[in-house]
Amino acid sequence: MFLGRVIGTLVATTACEGMAGVPLLWVQPLGSDGAAKGQPFVCADGTRMAGPGETIYWEASREAALTLEPSFVPVDHAVVGIVDDRQLDAVPAPRRRPR
Amino acid sequence: MILGRVAGRIVSTIHHPSMAGRSLLIVDKVGADGELADGYVIAVDAIGAGWGETVLVLDEGNGARQILQAPGVPVRSVVVGIVDNPVS
Repeated sequence: MFLGRVIGTLVATTACEGMAGVPLLWVQPLGSDGAAKGQPFVCADGTRMAGPGETIYWEASREAALTLEPSFVPVDHAVVGIVDDRQLDAVPAPRRRPR
Repeated sequence: MILGRVAGRIVSTIHHPSMAGRSLLIVDKVGADGELADGYVIAVDAIGAGWGETVLVLDEGNGARQILQAPGVPVRSVVVGIVDNPVS
């Protein structure tokens, strides 16, 4: 998965079977630093709650279609979740169980 | 699989139902020389990796769904190992 920012919405009244009612969003992909990187693309919204201005994480290819029900749909990019926070500061690694 | 270094984590309360309770890590890609390479990936943590650790990331959907034991989870990248000696 990768970071992205929703920059707009899309409406497709005529779409393939299984895509009725699925929100479509314009997404600008972001680098791990939160800066825009690459060309925007259209994502199906697997959360159905994302909107313009929000930072999201998205998945591509076959896994994108799995966010929808039914999952056998012609979708290759989808929003999986909305990012509340990116914690990039130096957090110590958790202690693991001894082997 | 690809090599990466854990740079942080993602906090998300609104997500696809299958992502509930899963820990998401920001993993910067690392080259064969052990130095940071271009690119990153957000991966589900299957083993309990922490910040700064060099990790193995599985980047393939079918294997990811097997590791997470969830047939419908929309995930392709999973942290599957912590590397002890990344560069020989």
